[in-house]
Amino acid sequence: MNTGTDRVKRGMAEMQKGGVIMDVVNAEQAKLAEEAGAVAVMALERVPSDIRAAGGVARMADPRIVEEVMNAVSIPVMAKARIGHITEARVLESMGVDYIDESEVLTPADEEYHLLKSDFTVPFVCGCRDLGEATRRIGEGAAMLRTKGEPGTGNIVEAVRHMRKVNAQVRKVVNMTKDEIMTEAKLLGAPFELLLEIKELGRLPVVNFAAGGVATPSDAALMMELGADGVFVGSGIFKSDNPEKFARAIVQATTHYQDYELIAKISKELGSAMKGMEISSLSLEDRMQERGW
Amino acid sequence: MTTIGVLGLQGAVREHVRSIEACGATAVVIKQADQLQSIDGLIMPGGESTTMRRLIDLYGFMEPMREFAKAGKPMFGTCAGLILLSKEIVGYDEPHLGLMDVLVERNSFGRQKESFEADLDVTGLDQPYNAVFIRAPHIVSAGPSTEVLAMHNDRIVLARDGQFLGCSFHPELTDDHRLTKYFVEMVEAAPVSV
Repeated sequence: MNTGTDRVKRGMAEMQKGGVIMDVVNAEQAKLAEEAGAVAVMALERVPSDIRAAGGVARMADPRIVEEVMNAVSIPVMAKARIGHITEARVLESMGVDYIDESEVLTPADEEYHLLKSDFTVPFVCGCRDLGEATRRIGEGAAMLRTKGEPGTGNIVEAVRHMRKVNAQVRKVVNMTKDEIMTEAKLLGAPFELLLEIKELGRLPVVNFAAGGVATPSDAALMMELGADGVFVGSGIFKSDNPEKFARAIVQATTHYQDYELIAKISKELGSAMKGMEISSLSLEDRMQERGW
Repeated sequence: MTTIGVLGLQGAVREHVRSIEACGATAVVIKQADQLQSIDGLIMPGGESTTMRRLIDLYGFMEPMREFAKAGKPMFGTCAGLILLSKEIVGYDEPHLGLMDVLVERNSFGRQKESFEADLDVTGLDQPYNAVFIRAPHIVSAGPSTEVLAMHNDRIVLARDGQFLGCSFHPELTDDHRLTKYFVEMVEAAPVSV
């Protein structure tokens, strides 16, 4: 009997496919998310837009909040650790969190090295903007990927850019001849063996969710249309006028992302979505996607 | 040719489709209740049972699925699918579909870090079966009509109650298609009612 194998870690992410993972900051929000049909919740101290507004150093959530959320729901609970913060990740693992997000939403603890995620029993999800970044994280042991997007902005443009980029690069690798792959690995900064595996499989070896800017049911459906395996919604739900309705609508739009009449119906009378931000209004230092490599 | 549907509301749908096709049957992803009329057997995949239940209610699957069962058509629930199929769930007043005569307990092996792979001896298979358990349920007890097909550490993890097959683990996550094959044969042998 073996725990923490790649199959067990990646399989856990496979079970989340077609679903929505919602950011929550307390037990009450976690229950609302579960009731609305979320496949998992991300336990946080603050949602990304509040982290952005608060400034300063953003760290792992208070373990009391994580514990409160774990006790409130029966669906899986995820939590974020800072990039490269071995101890935060170990603490979350010891608490029995089901998945850890090594996340650029928090202030990085290490600007050079990401976690060696294969050392852990708990699985990890990491953000990526392109196939090089995606395969480096898989190489370190990430069992699930997500786009970085630009968290806390309510602006989908960066998530779209990252999803399209990764998928275009996967298609390119799949169509290459084997003798071209080493050069592609050099150009992308990608592990050679992983590019070979992608060529064999015809796709990434782990699931890739959309994250970072999903604010409406249509945004969630758009990301599914572009090939996302599922959707993370951060600030979008609990910063909207009617979180309960919003959460349900985003779940439905993700399942039936090509049923436009349904999306039109559920998008009526939702109230306002979170207020969005224009990406160009953010200075380079304020873009969370620039954290990590 | 035998056509097998995979409930496609959420979860590991693609993997079951691949496994069904590897067994030489036709696979259909079921996203609308009226599609149930076109299939001979139904697989309910792994995923989150609470999420699938919400969507089953929302899209009016409950009655059509019970009708499907009443017509004698075989159903196979894996992990979350087993929870949906079972007649009783520990800690819950009401089951979901309530069809298969077993009592199941959710997340009974622990949280994700306790998830595991193990080799099982399965009744009817001559070689051990490598099974992947993810935040898995188990069958606490089975009714008199239910045949236990595999155990792990004294817990029932695979069983059959007539037309219903259920397991705690994820046959769709490996390249071993023997259990899917077993189900395809159940479907082929099922009496056709018109």
